[in-house]
Amino acid sequence: MSYEAVIGIECHVELRTRTKMFCGCANEFGGEPNTKVCPVCLGMPGALPVPNATAIEHTIRAGLAFGSQIPAFSKFDRKNYFYPDMPKDYQISQYDMPLTVGGEVKYWLDDGTMKSCGLTRIHLEEDTGKSAHAGSGDGRIAGSAYSLVDFNRAGVPLMECVSEPQIHTAADAVAYLEALRRTLLQLGVSDVKMEEGSLRCDANVSIRPVGSAQLGTKTEIKNMNSFRSVHRAIESEIERQIAVLESGGRVVQETRGWDEVRGTTHSMRSKEEAHDYRYFPDPDLVPLEISRERVDAIAARMPELPWQRFERYAAQYGLAPNAATQLIDNLALAEFFDRVAEASRNPHQAANFVLGDLSRLANESSRPVAESAVEPEHVAELIALVESKTINSKIAKELLGRMWEGGGSPKHIVESEGLAQTSDPAAVEAFVDGVLSANPKVVADYKAGKTNVVGFLVGQVMKASRGKADPALVNELLAKKLR
Amino acid sequence: MNELVRRGAGEIARAVRSGEVRAREVADAVLERVDAVDDRVGAYLTPLHELARAHADRVDRRLRDGEALPLAGVPLAIKDNMCVTGTRTTCASKILEDWVAPYTATAVARMLAAGCIPIGKTNLDEFAMGSSCENSALGVTRNPYDPSRVPGGSSGGSSAAVAACEAAIGLGSDTGGSIREPGAFCNLVGFKPTYGRISRYGLIAFASSLDQIGPLTRCVEDAALAYDVMAGYDPMDATSIDRPVEPAAPALRESLEGLRVGIVREFDTQKLGSELDGIYRQAYRDLQALGAELVDVALPTADYGLATYYLIAPAECSSNLARFDGVRYGLRVDADDVQAMYERTRAAGFGPEVKRRILIGTHALSSGYYDAYYVRAQKARTLIAGDFERAFERCDAIACPAASQAAFTFNAKSDPYSMYMMDYYTIPMSLAGLPALSVPCGWTTPPGGTLPMPLGLQLCAPLFAERLLLGAAHAYERSTQHARRHEPPVEAVSR
Repeated sequence: MSYEAVIGIECHVELRTRTKMFCGCANEFGGEPNTKVCPVCLGMPGALPVPNATAIEHTIRAGLAFGSQIPAFSKFDRKNYFYPDMPKDYQISQYDMPLTVGGEVKYWLDDGTMKSCGLTRIHLEEDTGKSAHAGSGDGRIAGSAYSLVDFNRAGVPLMECVSEPQIHTAADAVAYLEALRRTLLQLGVSDVKMEEGSLRCDANVSIRPVGSAQLGTKTEIKNMNSFRSVHRAIESEIERQIAVLESGGRVVQETRGWDEVRGTTHSMRSKEEAHDYRYFPDPDLVPLEISRERVDAIAARMPELPWQRFERYAAQYGLAPNAATQLIDNLALAEFFDRVAEASRNPHQAANFVLGDLSRLANESSRPVAESAVEPEHVAELIALVESKTINSKIAKELLGRMWEGGGSPKHIVESEGLAQTSDPAAVEAFVDGVLSANPKVVADYKAGKTNVVGFLVGQVMKASRGKADPALVNELLAKKLR
Repeated sequence: MNELVRRGAGEIARAVRSGEVRAREVADAVLERVDAVDDRVGAYLTPLHELARAHADRVDRRLRDGEALPLAGVPLAIKDNMCVTGTRTTCASKILEDWVAPYTATAVARMLAAGCIPIGKTNLDEFAMGSSCENSALGVTRNPYDPSRVPGGSSGGSSAAVAACEAAIGLGSDTGGSIREPGAFCNLVGFKPTYGRISRYGLIAFASSLDQIGPLTRCVEDAALAYDVMAGYDPMDATSIDRPVEPAAPALRESLEGLRVGIVREFDTQKLGSELDGIYRQAYRDLQALGAELVDVALPTADYGLATYYLIAPAECSSNLARFDGVRYGLRVDADDVQAMYERTRAAGFGPEVKRRILIGTHALSSGYYDAYYVRAQKARTLIAGDFERAFERCDAIACPAASQAAFTFNAKSDPYSMYMMDYYTIPMSLAGLPALSVPCGWTTPPGGTLPMPLGLQLCAPLFAERLLLGAAHAYERSTQHARRHEPPVEAVSR
């Protein structure tokens, strides 16, 4: 029997704000343990939470980017369970009235196919602290002598984006995550760094026979630390579930952890062991009233989104999917490219220069293109010089290097240094004649049938002309004179 | 006894500001009074002699520097569920017995900024859960009017301190009656403002949607002075109300001309026995004599107040008290793993009443019971608030008993339900978030007792009508003078 996987993704995204969700402590990654804490985020007796307006705005902005509805009323609830890294032993979260409802994430595959996955909701909550376990050798709690808790992260605003179960392959799941990450990064609401934990995701995976409309029993996969491990974990879990069903077994609803080393998932806790979180409205916080004006003001500042840019690059500029994606993944570079493309009206050449030579120079000097001395208008000038055959590609490359060093307008350099390509047949002919008379042996070899030496002769002519001779003309004249 | 300790907050502040007496002299006199009587009263869990003197000296300096301090030199008793930097803040619980607060509650900070002198931290029912102070795990507080009787609760330490002249203002917190009932039991004005008027920041939460700080004082003027200092928006408390506060002290009145006072049909005082019935009926007549028009009003759902309260308050408390887990502060009883540590710590740290309410609240919020208990209680709460709204269409204030009896003897209410019933008259106002106070309205010698005990009249006004409420209470107090009828016999009681 062939099976279809049904996948839903839950992402936790730490928001980029100056201060934490409910207090004035700095929201920054890392630092000496327990230095970014106060009575509020330590859950001291009597301390009270006050919501961070920027975090609420970021969540609404994210919702609007995904086309979600923003209800006029929202509220915070308490999710009650005991855990040492959770200072109040409840987490302030949102239960039945999240800040955003519905919407979709548009994502694209490597071949450029545009797809979308529905969003159930985005809600806002606070992050927990971090535990470290000592004495067990491997950092695990089992066998540890004692545990330490760092509350620097406790109370950091955390946005949870829950997708509908509308994804069917591991590749799509990763493409969905890529699109979500790009969008949130572009909106400036989060750093979305998986390695720093500002983006964390869980996957709900189930399988069903192809053609069936009924959902199978799902498992929730946790501990995936990179997009690559998301891909591997989902593939592994689909395989595992298929094997379970094929051998006549039943998939059990449970939470499973991904083991990066073994490449398999393992059971963490079953549905029966799940907490009763006793959600109820947080009486320390008043319900949120989100005015239409506020939503409209946020919507009015919405930038061009990654999927919109991708479609524009494909439709308007005819860029290949991987070139478009490369640009979109480097927003400053994409904006630089847009200016070059617009000024030069040659998006193809613009993409070649921006993703090719300029990106190489940026890598070599560890300075982003957009922060270099190169102006997009100057790159457009360079493209025009190549288009008009005023210079050849070799000179163009050289010029880019000089522009990178602060050389300014390539047109100006060409004019002041006489670097314009020599297309005057008489002048080029003089160079050709000079090379031919200086290399009688090579000419003889050619005439004896070793026609590949023509490359050497072209090179000599270019050298003699200091690169300015029009290579096409050189080839043409050489062919004529050697005949 | 130095006569300074008998003076009210207003009198002291005027005398200190005028230079008649220094704040330090007031502090010394009150601390001497504490040293002399508190082993018999037991109001304070932690007297703050050094801090009090340091603050008094600072007040004297600030006055010399020309600062205007509305409560200059006023001795303040602080219920020990409010944080004060560097002081032990226990909630009268073993779980916080040695916890030193790293910050100061907004309400306390405002009182200190206004010139108050912190005399000490007072006893309470553990985590403010109780109506007699008997649920304290750290000490016994006695009623200064009869040491065989309770001072009321949960703000019993603050009420006893003010009644015994160990402070001029006592800060209390009222969740279902915890300021008004001890006020009535100790011959004081016990005032709970509108929910959200005074910041809860630094008040260790019992039930967040009900908790409200307020003063216990020997006269209405002092209550108004304390209210004027503490009321107002606090950016540290999202539930505090961002709305201007009109000072109440200048609005105290002498007559009740033009005021319509509602008498609640369902609160039939005949149920309280003929003596108390007579006292309350006389109180209503006294209001009338001052010019008030008595109006018959109905609160048909008020009878559900107690049941509603004992779902909402425990539900919130079960979550609020989760943080006392032995991980970061307070008591920790070690065990092999964290789960066992939680269990042992909380088993050893909480008293029986706190455990009972955590269990009730956890149950009320559990999956499958939430709708039947918590949601229905919230709906009932809305209905009760609606009753008051309708009643206030016909009247400007409501008068009723503050408690169904005078202060009782220790262990008289060993059954929890009979203790819960002590808040029958105060809980509906709490659920509706309304400002309410108790003001002395007469004396009774309870059966089996030998000493006269005070009774309190409760007055309640619409949301934010504190000025009207305090004004009316002042007129009643001035014309009746019940509080002055008897002195607390604390000095006559043998050690």
